[in-house]
Amino acid sequence: MKIGKGWKWLIFPTVAALLVIAFTLSGCSSSITGTITESGSTTVQPLAEKLAGAFKAENPDTNIVIQGGGTAAGITSVNNGLVDIGAASRELTASDPALVKHLLARDGIAIIVPPSNPVINLTKDQVIAIFAGNITNWSQVGGPDKGIDVVAREEGSGTRTAFQDLVMGKALIKADAILQPSNGAVKTAVSSDPQAIGFISFGYIDSSVKALAINGVAATEPNAKNGTYPIVRPLYFLTKTQPTGIVKDFIDFCTGTDGQKIVAEEGYITID
Amino acid sequence: MSRYFVDRNAKYLVLICATASFIILAAIAIFTLREGLPAFQQVGWLRFIFGTEWRPSLDKFGILPMIVGSLAVTLGGMILAIPLGIGCAVLLAEVAPHRVRQLLRPAVEILVGIPSVVYGLVGMLLIVPLIRDIGGTGYSIAAGALVLTAMVLPTVISISEDSIRAVPRRYKEGALALGANHWQTIWHVLIPAARSGILAGIILGMGRAIGEAMAMIMVTGNAVQIPNSPLDPTRTLAGGIAVEINYASGLHENALFAIGVVLFVLIMIINSIAMVAMRRGRQAQDVC
Repeated sequence: MKIGKGWKWLIFPTVAALLVIAFTLSGCSSSITGTITESGSTTVQPLAEKLAGAFKAENPDTNIVIQGGGTAAGITSVNNGLVDIGAASRELTASDPALVKHLLARDGIAIIVPPSNPVINLTKDQVIAIFAGNITNWSQVGGPDKGIDVVAREEGSGTRTAFQDLVMGKALIKADAILQPSNGAVKTAVSSDPQAIGFISFGYIDSSVKALAINGVAATEPNAKNGTYPIVRPLYFLTKTQPTGIVKDFIDFCTGTDGQKIVAEEGYITID
Repeated sequence: MSRYFVDRNAKYLVLICATASFIILAAIAIFTLREGLPAFQQVGWLRFIFGTEWRPSLDKFGILPMIVGSLAVTLGGMILAIPLGIGCAVLLAEVAPHRVRQLLRPAVEILVGIPSVVYGLVGMLLIVPLIRDIGGTGYSIAAGALVLTAMVLPTVISISEDSIRAVPRRYKEGALALGANHWQTIWHVLIPAARSGILAGIILGMGRAIGEAMAMIMVTGNAVQIPNSPLDPTRTLAGGIAVEINYASGLHENALFAIGVVLFVLIMIINSIAMVAMRRGRQAQDVC
């Protein structure tokens, strides 16, 4: 066929031209090459993916693999040398292995209810009482006369650990709380149940849920940054030793101006 | 390669296949047991299986609530699925006109292939809110049981239908010749004669139900407590492993593998019961 033949003739020059362009482009770019692997906190994951994308746009010869798995998995993996960078969404404790911490961002944890719930503010003590099961009706905190459905995260989750440390203290989350295995699942569960209350990372808040003010302070980034909003935790990149080479380049990028701009865009709190 | 060669060596080929599947099974069993054993030893067998509190962060590992949860959703699901499934199988095998059967049978078979996460999603967005209207949070044993019903129905239906069809024609003809009507024939002759096959379908469905993780995570609420009512949230054994394995390390991880061991044993018990029941059923059939 004539047309088919015509197309075939085009292939060689096109490929040749593309190759030339590719080589020139890679020649122009910086000399950073290599692969980085990261795994850990699902709170850090969406942010890490955005940062990796931006880093790759500047350094096309690099490859960054971002995985979830949770804070505990991130700590174990980086300590065993399975990944270059581990991600943690809570402060490291004495029982964790000694790792090099790189503060990436801070994250507020929002107490969320469905938008239909008239309650807009709770005190920290009320939050504790609700999650511990001592307050079980919305009318006890100024809402309608309806039961409270507590939604929490599963054991081991960085967000749950941070919530436990920053809010609950010694009190335990009640045993019959609904548990959902991710920030996204908690958001879905809360938005679909008019009586529900839950907690998620600031980065996951959208119009399907309402973030409550705590002690009268709205759950916003400025309030988290100036320290008035009480539930804020650090997000870390972890390395086994002081980073070198491409890993250092990536971490420097994330903690530098360009990286922090993305941190702010994604709804997290910058480290400055 | 001569036909003779193939003929002589075919048995070695199938032997390799059989050995491979056995090795895989043994490897899984040994690995699960090895990883789970430390939890049994440190927590204690009895305290692990009969403990009612599960708080890994406080080193409390009791899985009785999850065993109860697994059994509750599975039994609930089977109670609904067995009559529905057998009824549907009778319809397909005996009652429905050929064209209806041609339409229904493929539909039932497609149901088997739907991924469990889809069942979970439908359950979460459709069944959970419905149950919330009755009471509680909606994430409940009832929701889990309803989702499992939908998931095991196709297995129960297709195997039951096949075994009803496999009943020798002379049984039906004999019953009708003795003056029994169609319904009496189905109820008193066909279903009893097909019971070993029907039982096999039920057991297979039960196996699927008790091992289901994804859909159960999405609709049962995952709270570790011994439930008081079908409207209470619960956590299943398989769901418990899947929910926490991402974050687990150390003894917590061992404990999750130990849950796997318990699940393994539970399924083995169910399968053995099934095998005995089927053998009995077959013997009974041979006597007829």
